Amino acid sequence: MEPNSTPASPPAAESENRESGGGELRFETMSGVPIRAAYGPEDVTGDAEAKIGEPGRYPFTRGPYESMYRGRNWTMRQFAGFGTVEETNERFHYLLDHGQTGLSTAFDMPTLMGYDSDHPRSLGEVGREGVAVDTLDDMERLFQGIPLGEVSTSMTINAPAAILLAFYVLVGERQGVSPERLSGTIQTDILKEYIAQKEWCFPVEPAMRLVTDMIEYSTREMPRWHPVSISGYHIREAGATAAQELAFTLKDGFTYVERAIERGLDVDSFAPRLSFFFNAHIDFFEEIAKYRAARRIWARELRETYGAERPESMRLRFHTQTAGVSLTAQQPLNNIVRTALEALAGVLGGTQSLHTNSFDEALALPTEEAVRVALRTQQIISHETGVTNTPDPLGGSYFVEALTDELEAEAYRYFDRIDELGGMVEAIRKNYPQREIAESAFEFQRKLDSGEFTIVGVNRYQSEEEEVPLLHIDPALETKQVERLAATRAVRDSAAVESSLAELKRAAGTDQNLMYPILDAAREQVTVGEMVATLQEVFGTYTETPVF
Amino acid sequence: MVAAAAHKIRVVVAKPGLDGHDRGAKIIARALRDAGMEVIYTGLHQTPEEIVETAIQEDADAIGVSILSGAHMTLVPKISELLAEQGVDDVLLTVGGTIPTRDIEALKEMGVTGVFTPGAPTGEIVEFIRTRVNRREL
Repeated sequence: MEPNSTPASPPAAESENRESGGGELRFETMSGVPIRAAYGPEDVTGDAEAKIGEPGRYPFTRGPYESMYRGRNWTMRQFAGFGTVEETNERFHYLLDHGQTGLSTAFDMPTLMGYDSDHPRSLGEVGREGVAVDTLDDMERLFQGIPLGEVSTSMTINAPAAILLAFYVLVGERQGVSPERLSGTIQTDILKEYIAQKEWCFPVEPAMRLVTDMIEYSTREMPRWHPVSISGYHIREAGATAAQELAFTLKDGFTYVERAIERGLDVDSFAPRLSFFFNAHIDFFEEIAKYRAARRIWARELRETYGAERPESMRLRFHTQTAGVSLTAQQPLNNIVRTALEALAGVLGGTQSLHTNSFDEALALPTEEAVRVALRTQQIISHETGVTNTPDPLGGSYFVEALTDELEAEAYRYFDRIDELGGMVEAIRKNYPQREIAESAFEFQRKLDSGEFTIVGVNRYQSEEEEVPLLHIDPALETKQVERLAATRAVRDSAAVESSLAELKRAAGTDQNLMYPILDAAREQVTVGEMVATLQEVFGTYTETPVF
Repeated sequence: MVAAAAHKIRVVVAKPGLDGHDRGAKIIARALRDAGMEVIYTGLHQTPEEIVETAIQEDADAIGVSILSGAHMTLVPKISELLAEQGVDDVLLTVGGTIPTRDIEALKEMGVTGVFTPGAPTGEIVEFIRTRVNRREL
């Protein structure tokens, strides 16, 4: 948009109140839940003591741990990845040197889609939105100088997650760190890819089999690893409301639990290692209520429906990222304020790990300065504000409890609709969540265009734009990565490559756990693209029918 | 109702490359459709060749390309070149997404008529396409 373009709905006379577009003043959450003038004891219905509970105790509404941040701070985990593995490795070291406490890896689009850097479809995409990883050697260079036994790593990868996990395990092996000592999270949440993020390699069923293989593998071999991070973040970014984010994410989570139980795993053996990833959007109280409702629903369903007995299985733990979509390209410094408030909601909602977005991210990937301010934002919340002194400081607020109940009820209404459609996999096939999200996204845009919802600097309070320095990705890195891939291909044992791919293909046709043949192939420097293409020969590919 | 336009404006909304962020593309597709245009949404992960092919087959008046991945300086010129190669000079090419200011001029030099970055109201995009297509037809 050009700077100073005409606002959609210019308020003629400014009052201190926020005007709605059509005249009548409306008070509602971002998702449209009406807000009453005041809340009181009558708004906390039912057995308040039982449903609110205590921090660290079932139903965990008030937090997964008794002492929360008094006992242990959240992990400050800034998402990073761009350009070559060397550049990203440098950013990792930079963040660790500035007090970040965990790593989080962003892979580029070709890696997310299972294409090698030299695939024709990768042209122009290599290293753009994340780092390019084609082989085990790339992965080793990515974590150069980082002791995997000490740092926990999160990897945002889904469709080819099993392959990247294998690479990580083998980098650990090269460092002398066994799989049982590796800690971290790999996203692996394929259902939300079909719903929202749209990076897929295979049809839904074989993709679900790979997820279950990974849950089974890490239950056996990697006790400190989180094999699935059930992610609402992207569902929200695609346009879902808070209630839709809550409902679709939890339902995805239940679906993974069901698959693992069907595989013969005991729910208490794997459920403690499932974790969540939520968005922190700008509607402060609605977000806090969302996290509280999520914990309560997860606890109840794990115990009542899936028969979990260990409290660890019922205890929902989550990573939070502030809302990328709430950032504006206009007046980018305002994004520091938005991010701080969103991060505060995540903290008051009891997050275990947090990524704060950088102020320049509506324009490009973040510069070092922008990412440092984002990290400092977390440190200020943690060390200066005092909000960490007591768990769930807003628990018992009439308003927060009422909103928590409201979101919980709305989530169950969605569960019922999804069950009527035959469960989440069927609902996705029928485009149900996709359509609901597109609908909400459009409705939000309508409110924005009409001025019913205000975004400062975009549809109100516009001002002359000032340029901020942006990170520039050198297009030459694509060539460099392609050359490196060719060099790796040239020196590997081609007979071993062929036979490991043949074995992978054979195993894909059986019900064997695919993690083991993937590990064997990874060891031979077989690329992500080669493994995915081989699996596609057995599994096929996925094409969506878009709805809007 | 305006009775002037005998011809319904046809727009191909396209997502080139591997980027799966389709929120904006779908909102624009719907806004254009609600404004009375014929919208053909290609879906995700299209190659420049596929997009140009669709535009020709559908006899489109405009192409709206949505890119958030940073690949716009590779993919858009390719679309522009392919249109020229095919002798298509009557299709408006517009781009939306995360486009740094410094790339906007370069894109315009490549024959892109409009570039819309985050925050652009849908009404502005609808009007842009409507006036440009109608002006071209006079």
